[in-house]
Amino acid sequence: MSELTLTVMRLGFLAVLWLFVIVAVQVIRSDLFGTRVTQRGSRRGGGDTRTQPQGGRQTAPPQQRQRRGAPTKLVVSEGTLTGTTVALQGQTITLGRAHDSTIVLDDDYASSRHARIYPDRDGNWIVEDLGSTNGTYLDRARLTVATPIPLGAPIRIGKTVIELRK
Amino acid sequence: MSVVTNTTTIGAIELPSRRNTELLLLVFAVVIPIFAYANVGLAVHGKLPPGMLAYGLGLGLLAGIGHFVVRRYAKYADPLLLPLATLLNGLGLVLIWRLDQSERLQNLAERQFGAFSPSAPNQLFYTAVGIALFVGVLLLLKDHRTLQRFTYISMAAALVLLILPVVPGLGADVFGAKIWISVAGFSIQPGEFAKIVIAVFFAGYLMVKRDALALASRRFMGLYLPRGRDLGPILMIWAMSLLILIFENDLGTSLLFFGMFVIMLYVATERTSWIVIGLLMSVGGAVVVAGFSGHVEARVNAWLDPFACYTTSGACEQVGQSLMSFGSGGVLGTGLGQGHSDLILFAANSDFIFSTVGEELGLAGVMAFLLLYGLIIERGARTALAARDPFGKLFAIGLSGAFAIQIFVVAGGVMGLIPLTGMTMPFLASGGSSVIANWALIGILIRISDTARRPAPAPAPSPDAEMTQVVRPS
Repeated sequence: MSELTLTVMRLGFLAVLWLFVIVAVQVIRSDLFGTRVTQRGSRRGGGDTRTQPQGGRQTAPPQQRQRRGAPTKLVVSEGTLTGTTVALQGQTITLGRAHDSTIVLDDDYASSRHARIYPDRDGNWIVEDLGSTNGTYLDRARLTVATPIPLGAPIRIGKTVIELRK
Repeated sequence: MSVVTNTTTIGAIELPSRRNTELLLLVFAVVIPIFAYANVGLAVHGKLPPGMLAYGLGLGLLAGIGHFVVRRYAKYADPLLLPLATLLNGLGLVLIWRLDQSERLQNLAERQFGAFSPSAPNQLFYTAVGIALFVGVLLLLKDHRTLQRFTYISMAAALVLLILPVVPGLGADVFGAKIWISVAGFSIQPGEFAKIVIAVFFAGYLMVKRDALALASRRFMGLYLPRGRDLGPILMIWAMSLLILIFENDLGTSLLFFGMFVIMLYVATERTSWIVIGLLMSVGGAVVVAGFSGHVEARVNAWLDPFACYTTSGACEQVGQSLMSFGSGGVLGTGLGQGHSDLILFAANSDFIFSTVGEELGLAGVMAFLLLYGLIIERGARTALAARDPFGKLFAIGLSGAFAIQIFVVAGGVMGLIPLTGMTMPFLASGGSSVIANWALIGILIRISDTARRPAPAPAPSPDAEMTQVVRPS
């Protein structure tokens, strides 16, 4: 066998061996072990910059008004959790007795997954009943569809009352 | 949305099972040894080796069976363990075949045993048995937690396995260490299997006792000193490993056992003081034993200065030759089949196989091999982190810790970092027990990682015991 072939094979083998190691490490890198990291803020921001040039001035003012009057926190005003506040930062808030709820209600009259509160595309906060046993009440009216929450309106879930404040 | 926030959400997703990634890596892991095989053939005989197709098909078939069983019975298992083990095993076969071609080793065998028999076919057979055991583990061990029931039985079994080589009539004193038994013409090294069995005992024992070991301790000079009754087991294991060392002259296995126990103790209790205590005890034990065991003393002398006693002692000559083969390999190596690592003569294809890697593949190759081993250990530790039950966690970390210690002890020994001990490089070295036991080890790790990575069962509809009370209009 010529010297050249053997040299090429020798270096080629080392290269292939290292390629395997690198591929294996890449597999580990992409194998993030059951978690998914979502950049909510950046995606929302990206969406804004895309819609702004198209929508022009007409869509901008309502957003501006909304921004000024937007609630910043959720306050529990009645029930065992009275006084608890949760900052509203664009995330969905789930309420219920289930342990993975954002606000875990220790309330016999609340369902495991009772209701959720989330911002819609314009930034209005919406409350939606998740098929609870005893229903969710917004200002005495039982919710049937997802409804925007006025500032300061009481939302009743079992014995617990929450409201949105600035 | 009123405020653009930079909230990141971390949520669980449906894990891909990654079986196709595994298959792809597995194909890669079969192709590399075939390439190496062709390279050795071209370098030694100047032509492609005749058995190349059969060898490639054989390795591919074994890997394929392994993959099929994992796909069928351990769907969510780690995608890297099987390809890494297959690659190391395949390359080990090539290196053993390469050393079979050495005339020096053939002459040595003829002088010693009257005839030379190549080791590579045997190794291929043992690999097949190993894969069969791997398949058996995956088929029979549906849930690793069943092993928890055998905590104390496995302790007894491990002790029996360790004592077997000293039993007269059964044990065989080979080359100064009594670690083999011969059954029906086969020589078996029970220590390799005892490694797995004792990990079951340690994991089961520590799972129950870890709170007592971690919390009931006095603080003294920055160290948490455990109570006497908690220190009992570690002292017993220490004494046991010393006894192995004295009766069987097996430095490696005793180091492996003691090291594995200290690692698992540390993981179970999160107390650094166990590591300090363990290191002190192992150093003390080694010094004492080196004083009155001639076999160990010779190894220590060979480690301190192999070239001082090069001509007088066989142990020194081996280590010296090994160091020279690492040195002549340089950074890129001499190329497969073109080195002279067969000058080590005795045990060139078992304990000293890593010297062949060092000479023929150079520093680059040695690093790649160490990384391959490191990846197996990393996946084992990752499995331990992801496991949901404490027994699985301790078991996985114990097995990967034992694997890591074994590699450190062997690689460190042939490189002259620590005194040489008679242990085999997992998957690489010629030796049936080692290959078979390590395939079983990989099988258990795959089973634990399958359980660990399996998506969690959906939470019960109502996590609270009582039902939601209905408001009745009064």
